[in-house]
Amino acid sequence: MQELVAVVIDGIIYSAWLFIAAVGLTLIYGVMKIINVTHGSFYALGAYAAASITGALLAHGMPPMLSYAVLLGSALLVAIVVGPLIERGILRFMYVKDEVVILLITYALFLILEDVIKLIWGVDPYYISEPYGLLGSFDVADLTYPTYNLILVGVAIVCGAGLAWTLTKTRTGKLLVAVIHDTEVSRAMGINVDRFYVVTFTFGSLLAAIGGAFTAPTVSVVPGLGVEVIVLSFAVVVIGGLGSLPGAALGAVIVGLVRSATIHYLPQAELFVIYFVMAMVLAFRPRGLFSIAEARKI
Amino acid sequence: MQGIRKLIASAAALLCVPALAIAQDAPIKIGVVSFLSGPAAGPFGVPARNAAEIMFEMINAGKVPAPYATKGLGGAKMQMSLVDESGGTTTQVTEFRNLVQRDNVDLVIGYISSGSCLGIAPVAEELKKLTVFFDCGTPRIFEERDYKYVFRTASTATMDSVGAALYVKDLKPNAKMIAGVNQNYAWGQDSWGDFELAMQQIIPGIKVATSQMPKLFAGQYNAEISTLLSSKADVIHSSFWDGDLEAFILQAGPRGLFKRSTVILTTGETAMYKLAAKIPDGVVIGARGPYGPYAPDNELNKWFSATFEDRYGVPPNYAAYQMAQAILGTKAAWEKAQAANGGKRPSQDQVIAAFENLTFVSPAGEVKMTNGKGHQAITGTAYGVTKKVGGKMTIDKIKRYPAEKVNPPDGVKAADWIKSGFKK
Amino acid sequence: MTSDRTPRILGAILVVLLAAGPFVPQWAIFLITIALAKGLVVLGLLILLRCGLVSFGQALYYCIGAYTAGMLGRLFEVDGVLTLMLAGMVVAAVTAYVLGFLLARYRGIFFGLLSLAVSMILYGLLVKSETLGSSDGFNVLPSTLFGIRPADEWVRYAVLVVASVVAFVAALLVHRYLKTPLGSLAPAIKDNEIRVEYMGASARYAIHVNYVIAAALAGLGGGLAATTVGHIDPEMAYWTTSGEFIFITILAGTGSVIAPFLGALIFGIIQTVAFDISPNTWQMVLGGALLAVIVFLPTGLWSLFRRRRAT
Repeated sequence: MQELVAVVIDGIIYSAWLFIAAVGLTLIYGVMKIINVTHGSFYALGAYAAASITGALLAHGMPPMLSYAVLLGSALLVAIVVGPLIERGILRFMYVKDEVVILLITYALFLILEDVIKLIWGVDPYYISEPYGLLGSFDVADLTYPTYNLILVGVAIVCGAGLAWTLTKTRTGKLLVAVIHDTEVSRAMGINVDRFYVVTFTFGSLLAAIGGAFTAPTVSVVPGLGVEVIVLSFAVVVIGGLGSLPGAALGAVIVGLVRSATIHYLPQAELFVIYFVMAMVLAFRPRGLFSIAEARKI
Repeated sequence: MQGIRKLIASAAALLCVPALAIAQDAPIKIGVVSFLSGPAAGPFGVPARNAAEIMFEMINAGKVPAPYATKGLGGAKMQMSLVDESGGTTTQVTEFRNLVQRDNVDLVIGYISSGSCLGIAPVAEELKKLTVFFDCGTPRIFEERDYKYVFRTASTATMDSVGAALYVKDLKPNAKMIAGVNQNYAWGQDSWGDFELAMQQIIPGIKVATSQMPKLFAGQYNAEISTLLSSKADVIHSSFWDGDLEAFILQAGPRGLFKRSTVILTTGETAMYKLAAKIPDGVVIGARGPYGPYAPDNELNKWFSATFEDRYGVPPNYAAYQMAQAILGTKAAWEKAQAANGGKRPSQDQVIAAFENLTFVSPAGEVKMTNGKGHQAITGTAYGVTKKVGGKMTIDKIKRYPAEKVNPPDGVKAADWIKSGFKK
Repeated sequence: MTSDRTPRILGAILVVLLAAGPFVPQWAIFLITIALAKGLVVLGLLILLRCGLVSFGQALYYCIGAYTAGMLGRLFEVDGVLTLMLAGMVVAAVTAYVLGFLLARYRGIFFGLLSLAVSMILYGLLVKSETLGSSDGFNVLPSTLFGIRPADEWVRYAVLVVASVVAFVAALLVHRYLKTPLGSLAPAIKDNEIRVEYMGASARYAIHVNYVIAAALAGLGGGLAATTVGHIDPEMAYWTTSGEFIFITILAGTGSVIAPFLGALIFGIIQTVAFDISPNTWQMVLGGALLAVIVFLPTGLWSLFRRRRAT
């Protein structure tokens, strides 16, 4: 029983982390049909920016409680500076190309950004562990968990609910759905599709950067941080159904719980359990759990 | 022009034209391979490269203390060709061939990943090029076959696991249960495998509570930490390195894992200064040999750590020590060969003959090339526990283990040696 | 698209490679041989790409080919280079035949991602196999040709000869295949699968066949890479390896069966030059080069040759 409680708590914490890390990917794919490999770069940029900016401010006597706001601010800074730069500067010229070619362009950009990150921050690790320990900890089932983990869960819920609300309840969201369904008709109806694209890309990047920024306090920020996140987020998003917001949430919860149970009961299988789940889901639901219907053009 | 020269040189090599007599003071070109990108760059690759840069510069200037005070290698200047170790084995084999056959280096020093070392060793043999591994840990290299051109100047990973097990016995003789958390790839599997075997020999009947094997670079360890906490093991062994090690420390600390169990971090030395504030007292720290805090108090070490810290602002970690050790070992072998050659520049075969079974000193003390038919170094090792003194990280309860106690005798496979109860 | 001159051009390249081989420096021979091995994999991806399918998991078959070759040597001391390569090809093809029943139902990004998942499962299994050296892999026995091991200074050339002949035959066969009714169905499937079905052809069958051919070529390339490099490890199945193959496919373009080999060679040269001139930032050079090709040569490097011929 005690172990089961631990499985669920560990699973939920991991799910929350996965969801924050992956949801931007599904947003960008849903709207722009781009499998965005630079997602990993934004995650890494967010982590580096958060670690270095928060660290510098704390060293200058900032009240530690403000550091959570600074984490968010760092992610915003990264997304607003780099997001439009990449979308307006490079990607928008490429939309006529094949889905796979665009994927490769983002891969090329990812390679370049990896070295840019190295040129800016070097290869030494960055830490910003103050926010992690600041809120103390709570005990469940004879185990201690830092309260910061609840913040991760909170951030995941706010990101998911906020996104869902924007998409379904606001005018912008409804226009966005129109753009998703048929770009050409939307353009003809007078929707500024370009603006939607740049905003979507920036927002998706912001989610990746938030993922990185809020992970930073729990890890050491090192080169290669973004690589691991890319395939993991792909897996989560694909399990749920590419482009689907509830799918990403469900995918994250499934992967999180399965991984946690594996670690507790069958640690040897942890290595490939995620890909196993992904292959199983795709084998029976070829387009993921929540697939988006597509108009068939004859 | 450069291209044409390379082409002619390669063509000459191809047609087996004996190389023309080389001028006594022509520079010696040395390929240096180390991780410059990716996760292994920060903790190992770049400190090792920095050590190589210092050593090349200081040796060329003749500023290294005795017995290495002569300039260069026997008077000839050393010249570095730097290569990144990233990109996988195929890329590394390609780049090694480029170094040897295109850039005509005289020897290669490098390789951190055991995968790189296993891939490169047969190629070095095929190309007949002196190659010195400085860091990689797998004992398989000289267990699986004999090499003429390949040397390794650091002990194998077997030493780290056996040393850790001996230290457990010294620190907690009544330990009943152990657990492990190691990365799920060759290094983690071997480290844990050797440690588990050695523990069973040293404390018969000891139980394994759990062996966690998270994916390399997983980064999030809450679930693993939960199982380790629940296991209530007396001792937890981990060979984590780099970001994974640091993330583990950051996540395990607030959850009280270090209080509940004695944790052994076999490569903990690379993180101990950076994370000093997060590592509580009483954590067992390894440095893969007598490096860093375990280095002896001699002139060479004082000079090396001071010069390194002066230039880069941090003390050298074990990867830096191992690189310096490889370079000094090469220098010792080269100069021994040159002396035997009547002071004339030695041939590669003469350097190899001098290198085999060589004993030399490095900032980490004495290194004996006794294993692998004279190609594999053995060194002693040491473990200790963290203790903060006035906010500064220090190591307490240091126990040293001589080379012969933690390394198998020549010709015996590591696993067989441990299973035999460490027979001499 | 493909002109009838292709067989003659292929033959000319083969003759040039064989004749020039002894005068080419050893490191360059190695670079070319590796490019031929990767070119074989990319040739398979080209066939799939003509159907509009991109496999993010082609490294699966590359790795299967390599491990088959390595295991035959390790367990049964088989060292004939042709036997090893053919065995790798057969095992890869059989695996693909089985997996094809599942994968041929998938299109677009889902095809790619499912292949990715399968290759990552193999990667996981290999890393767990400590008897196979786990992530460190193991050395492949030095191979022989018809029972003969050439003298050291001729080994590289001998491997090059084998690789060139195999690549030549493979390219020629694929070239022929693309002109058969089944082979020429690919662009139609890419354009509109429903129309293909209206015509009475089975798109799924055609894709299944193409998938098996692509896997066979990848297995062949893997076997060649294993004997050339002399060491294999699970990273051969990792997604970054698949990414590299797709990278080369796009770099090369689908204009001709020669393009994959050319693309692989140019990729190898860019990478090794990048390593040489900027050891600290070679990824940036590589990424920049890829970006430049996509922007300035939208149909791949092959368009360079086509344009020249047109003028």
